[in-house]
Amino acid sequence: MIHLQHIERMFMVGEEEVHALRDVSMRAEAGEYIAIMGPSGSGKSSLLNILGLLDRPDSGSYELDGTLVSGLDEKQQAAIRMHKIGFVFQFFHLVPRLSAFENVALPLILSGVKPDERQTRVTAALASFGLGNRARHRPDQLSGGQRQRVAIARATIMQPSVILADEPTGNLDRSSGIEVAEILEELNRQGMTLIMVTHDPEMGKRSRRQILMVDGRIQ
Amino acid sequence: MRSLNGHLRLKSDFTLFKKMQLRDILTFSLRAATANRGRVLLMLLAMAIGVGSVVVFISLGDSARRYVINQFSSLGTDLLIVLPGRSETTGGPPPLLGETPRDLTLDDAMALYRARTVGRIAPIIAGSAPISVQGLEREMLVLGSTAELFEIRHLALSQGSFLPPGDPSRAESVCVIGLKGKKELFGSQPAIGKWLRIGDRRFRVIGILSSPGVSLGEDLGEIVIIPVAAAQSLFNTSSLFRILVEAKNTAVIEATRQSILETIRLRHEGEDDITVITQDAVLTTFNRIFKALTLSVTGIAAISLVVAGIMIMNVMLVAVSNRRAEIGLLKAVGASRGQILGLFLAESTILSSIGAVIGLILALAGIRLAGILFPQFPLQLAPWSPAIAIAVALISGIAFGVLPAHRAANLEPALALARR
Repeated sequence: MIHLQHIERMFMVGEEEVHALRDVSMRAEAGEYIAIMGPSGSGKSSLLNILGLLDRPDSGSYELDGTLVSGLDEKQQAAIRMHKIGFVFQFFHLVPRLSAFENVALPLILSGVKPDERQTRVTAALASFGLGNRARHRPDQLSGGQRQRVAIARATIMQPSVILADEPTGNLDRSSGIEVAEILEELNRQGMTLIMVTHDPEMGKRSRRQILMVDGRIQ
Repeated sequence: MRSLNGHLRLKSDFTLFKKMQLRDILTFSLRAATANRGRVLLMLLAMAIGVGSVVVFISLGDSARRYVINQFSSLGTDLLIVLPGRSETTGGPPPLLGETPRDLTLDDAMALYRARTVGRIAPIIAGSAPISVQGLEREMLVLGSTAELFEIRHLALSQGSFLPPGDPSRAESVCVIGLKGKKELFGSQPAIGKWLRIGDRRFRVIGILSSPGVSLGEDLGEIVIIPVAAAQSLFNTSSLFRILVEAKNTAVIEATRQSILETIRLRHEGEDDITVITQDAVLTTFNRIFKALTLSVTGIAAISLVVAGIMIMNVMLVAVSNRRAEIGLLKAVGASRGQILGLFLAESTILSSIGAVIGLILALAGIRLAGILFPQFPLQLAPWSPAIAIAVALISGIAFGVLPAHRAANLEPALALARR
């Protein structure tokens, strides 16, 4: 369950103040499927960064699964990101020198999971995303769709309660885009809350609820 | 109410959050460090040269020190040398009339036996004189001394015997000659029992020294040793060049020095007109000089380590700006500030350690090579220099890695991930 109240976020771009989020309040129940839509510069990504604890609001409160996470310190927020939130990005953000297997294993490595347990969990995850025979490939040896599937495997390896996806299909051709969307929707059906930023109306229509942002406000 | 409740639930969540395993930190950082070949190779070279030169210079200085100390120690550290004359001045006014120090005499030397701590005594008269055998003539160093010189100077004979013990005032006409001198005068003929002429006196050869080594600058190969009384009349002098005194053991050296000074003062009407040098003092001085030398040369070499450290910093700063997205991603999947800091510090430390190990190998190879090229100088690796090299590498890796690691840890993840 996500509950945002009166979130404000301002940036300084050069001399100019940019009001990225103005008095944003929203709720998302566990297991919801929400698309955040709007023109570029409307604050969609800023909102997603706040939801993912990658950025702190200037004011307002954020409650995640009953915890007031906006009041936590840096280390505690890192722990929340690790255990409760999975990120999927437009540009995949795989570590180029690491194999698909190692990229998926990153969160487990950071949380100190032992190698043999990592081996079984990552192998299972790769297999379930149809990447069983791609474990040793590096990102530059994978297609766009395969890369995004590796990224999704990495985002879900810790069994988070929320998946935040920032234009997950924006850098993919149509068919692999649909494929990725279906994978995300399947995870949503298994109970993970799915919040997706997109400016593609077709993708937006697939969600059960749309949030439209204009000029830093939810319309 | 709800926030308090939430906070409590979070505490239990933290039991899931374990620390990263050390082996994983090392693997991750090693692979990150070696991903960018060219720049890293240059940096490793700089580090290797820095560490290598520090190790080589430390070893060079240390070996020189050992060499000199060994030379001196072969004389025995329980040795005291008594010289006529003062080497230092006291604060008193200069004498109005020119004062010459009293001579040290054979009786002075014999008087020193009264001190309880004195083991052996060898009075020495030295001079050079023409030595001749059947028309062959050589100028050589002639030492007048007693039987005890043999033990005090750790001499060794290849043939015959040394000066006979007994009353030192008896001028027996016997001599012991160095190996090289024997070869020049007698060739391959046997010399024991033969007579040779020193100045206008005849001496019978009773012994030949072995080991033609150089001890304290005196060439023992070209030397003739005769009884001290014979030397007194040969050189027509009663004054000694010096007296070598061996203390009973190294613990009583200072006591021996005091009793020598006192004995001679009593015999010289209350004047302190001798100088007593202890081997110990000489050794300590040499030790100090060589340590200071080693330290300063090492300091110069250490400048190259600072340069290497700056190169590490450069490599790491470039790595941080090249890997902004990766750092952002690590934060997004749950890495804390501390973890990012640790990963980047581990990376710079691994780099500097690899450089240090290469440098150590280079130094070892260099020392081995020098040993082949200059076998007479016993160059060896100073035992503690590898430890110093590794420690310095770790310290510079951490010190110069702190700034880049901080920069990485402080990156805003949202900004770092915004661009590809």
